Order: sequence, then C-alpha cells, then structure tokens
Amino acid sequence: MSHNHIICDNVCFSYEKGSEVLHNISFSCGHDDAVGLIGANGVGKSTLMRILVGLEMGFTGEVTVGEIKVTKKTLPRIREKIGYVFQDSDNQLFMPTVYDDIAFAPRNYGLPPDQVDERVQHALDLVGIDYLRNKHTYKMSGGEKKMASIATILAMTPDVILMDEPSIALDPKNRRRLINILNELDHIKIIASHDLDMILETCSRVILMSGGRIIKDAPTREVLTDRELLEANGLELPFCLQGDPGEPRPFGHKH
Amino acid sequence: MGKISDAIYEIHYMDTIASKDSPIHRIHPLIKLLTAIAYIWFTVSFDKYNVAGLLTMVIYPVVVFSVSGTSFRHSVKKLRVILPIILLMGILNPFFEQTPRFTFYGIIVTNGMVSGFTLIVKGCFAVLGSYLLIATTTIESLCYALNLLHVPKILVTQILLTYRYITVLMSEANHIFEAYILRAPFQKGVHFKVWGSLLGQLLLRSIDRAGALYDSMVLRGYNGEFRYTQLRRLQWQDFAYLAAWAGAFAVLRYTDFLNMVGNLFV
Repeated sequence: MSHNHIICDNVCFSYEKGSEVLHNISFSCGHDDAVGLIGANGVGKSTLMRILVGLEMGFTGEVTVGEIKVTKKTLPRIREKIGYVFQDSDNQLFMPTVYDDIAFAPRNYGLPPDQVDERVQHALDLVGIDYLRNKHTYKMSGGEKKMASIATILAMTPDVILMDEPSIALDPKNRRRLINILNELDHIKIIASHDLDMILETCSRVILMSGGRIIKDAPTREVLTDRELLEANGLELPFCLQGDPGEPRPFGHKH
Repeated sequence: MGKISDAIYEIHYMDTIASKDSPIHRIHPLIKLLTAIAYIWFTVSFDKYNVAGLLTMVIYPVVVFSVSGTSFRHSVKKLRVILPIILLMGILNPFFEQTPRFTFYGIIVTNGMVSGFTLIVKGCFAVLGSYLLIATTTIESLCYALNLLHVPKILVTQILLTYRYITVLMSEANHIFEAYILRAPFQKGVHFKVWGSLLGQLLLRSIDRAGALYDSMVLRGYNGEFRYTQLRRLQWQDFAYLAAWAGAFAVLRYTDFLNMVGNLFV
C-alpha cells in the first residue's frame, strides 16, 4: 500500500490539439506534505490544480488521490477528499451569509442539521472568524473573504487542501494571518503562488514548473535559495533572502 | 454605472432586510408564502365597486410593516417603479364604464372611475403583499417553502440560481461600463458603435464567472439539487398566524366589516 496520498503519473494535458499545457507531470505527496507550486505566469500551475480536483478532464497519464484514480465516475469521492480554494474569493462565496456558504458542502453531503452546525463552528474556529458567522459575504473585505473561503473548504474536512494564489490581494496583516493559519493546518497542502516568501514560510517542499514541465522538485530552501535557477525560470529570490545589496538577510530577520 | 451599482445594492439590501430578526421574520416561510397568496387572492376577489371593503385590506401591510420593522418608505420607492403599469391597468376604465354612480361635491363619479380606482388599489396591495413577503423571507427560505409545496425542483433551483447569478452579471456589466467611461470622459453613455463588442464581452465574462461559481459549487458536493437550510418544523404559532390572517381576510371580504364596526358605536 502506498503512503502517498496524491500521485500524478506522467500527466499530459492540452486545451487545444497540438499545444500541450502540461508535459509528463509526475510527482507525489504524502501525509503532512506542504508543497509549494511555483513558476512564472502561464506555466500550468492552475491547470495542474484543476486536474487534481477533476475540473479539467481529458488528460493522459494517471492521477490518484487517496488511492482512488481520478475518473469521471470517481469525481464525487475525490472531491470529498480535496478542498480547493479559488484565487478569486468572489468565485468561492456565492451564498448570502458566511454561515450558509460554509454549510453548503456539509449540507450537500447530506449531514443532519446539528452536524452541519458543528462542522461550520469548527471551521470558523479553525480560521478564527467566528465573528463573521452571520455576516453577508458581499459586505466583507478581501481578507475576510479569503478567510471565509478557507473555512468553506475546511467544513468538508478534506484530506488535501489546494490553494491557488491564496495571498494575492491581501494586506500584510491578513497575509500574516493566512500564513499562521496555513502553518496550523496539518492537512496535505499544495499551494500555487508567486509569493515566494509565503511559500518559504509555509511549505516544506517546492515544485518549480516551467513551460508545462516540472523543472525541480526539492526541499523549499534548496529551490528558493537558488538564484540562478529561479531567475532562469522567470522568478527571483524571495524578498526576505534578497536583503540589502550584497548582504542576504536571514529568514525571519526583523528590522 | 450608477444605475447598475444601485441595482446591485438594492438586491443586497433586500437580502439584508430579509435576514433581519423580528416576529414576522421568524414565522415559517411556508406560512408566510401561503398568507401572502391568501392576502392577494382575497384582495383581488373584492367586487370592483366595493371601495370601502377593499380599503380595509390595508390592515395586513400596516401590521406586517410595523411588526417586521420593514421600511415603508423603501417599499414606496419600489412601488414607484411598478406604479405606471398599475395605473395603466385602471386608467382606461372611466372611458369604458361611463354610467354615473354617485355625485361627490357636485362631481359625477362614474362606475368606471370607481372600478379603475379599485383596480389600482388592488394592484398596489398585491405588490405590497409580495414586497412584504420577500422583505421578510430570504430567497433560500422562499425556495425551501416552494420545495415543501412540491413545486418542481428544477424550477426552484432555476429561481435560486438566477437570483444568485443576476448580481454576477450585473457586477460584470458594471466593471465593463466603469472601464469604458473612465476612458471616454466626454460621453454621456456608451457609444452605439461599441454596443456589440461590449455586450459580447459581457456575455463572455459572465459565462466565465458563472462557470467559476459552478466549479466552486460542484467541488463542494453540488449535484444539481440545492440542499436548503433545514428550517425548524411548523409550530402552532405558525398555524395560528395563518389561521388569524385567513380568518381576518375572510371577515373583511365576506362581511360588511365597516358597517358592523359603525353599528357598534351608533
């Protein structure tokens, strides 16, 4: 029996014939893995995430989540195991109140009202937004929406959390809050982001993609401190490692 | 665009007031729906010349407005939009029925004037009754009530999703218009030459947004059937509310209530 919860084996995908977006993607994630998915714009990070939750089918190769192969038939079971946080929270929140949005998944999975309530409360507590419980989603700030979006998937009690650019459009305080929350969650996490500082603080491993291929799959520090590798793939060192000219600032350094 | 953003605000405003807490808001949505239907049915069934009897039906909106704390001013603003249509319904009656009915301070009032007036009043009351229903009941609760009435699920889901998606469409239209107007400062509206491309953009963007929302729903277990908030069961207070209003409507409709009250004091 494999200990890997997500296995991608030689996955290729294209939206149109002749222009492959992903080429032979192979990687696996096990229990407690926090993986940062990095790369320049348009390298296929979001497409790969969408394949993992079955939003894009028609790929070749094999994707297995929790020992279930991703096929059209298994999608409901797969999606029960994976929580996907969209880049734009407005796409994630469609119910009138935070409570209703968080309760959406537990209700769909047929839980009785008392258990739905329990799940919602637990998700709110995990993210620390109990005060938003009955707030209307359209009245919330970007940071609050992001936290609520995370809570909506936590209420599904997923094994795996996928996040597409979670720190985008967050102010420093909310970004810090997000990092703390991510570090407290002991799920398998795959986080696609250009915020390499956040990846450095939240992920133990990084997959660097370029041109639809995996260029490097290694521990976070090894990848994110390799200036040459990052620059060759349209990225740069995380800000906290750039420091003052000529003097790299150690991680976590405060003025 | 002021008008679009105002309309989005209006939808959100209705969502907000519908989720307030008041004795009326706490009534089971099925009961509120049935009461509203009964109110409209009794109101429109009044004889076309029974002005006094019809006016007694004002009791329902008065009570619901005051107990639920719903803004009467806002409802009048909403009524203003539909008032021209209501007026149009009744305005032609004086031309069709010219038989004199009575004289009021020397003015001959015809049957057509009276029936036109009752038609307008009926229209206003029906709109107020519907307004009060949606102002005290969230769309989810209303759909839940329709579900209990065995209205086809597909239809109920359509209503709910249309309500949710309409703001998506409107906010996309708003973004497009704002982006246009910021680069066309001397134009009053959108030039007709770009209507086609803007509408095309709006359609494509709305499809994209709707697709993303749908993705978000299916990823959280949505399989075509909306699971509604499991509301509490019907309680005796709900039945009492319905019975009280149905009784009141029947008394106002089938008895000469004003005369009976008048006789008490004479």
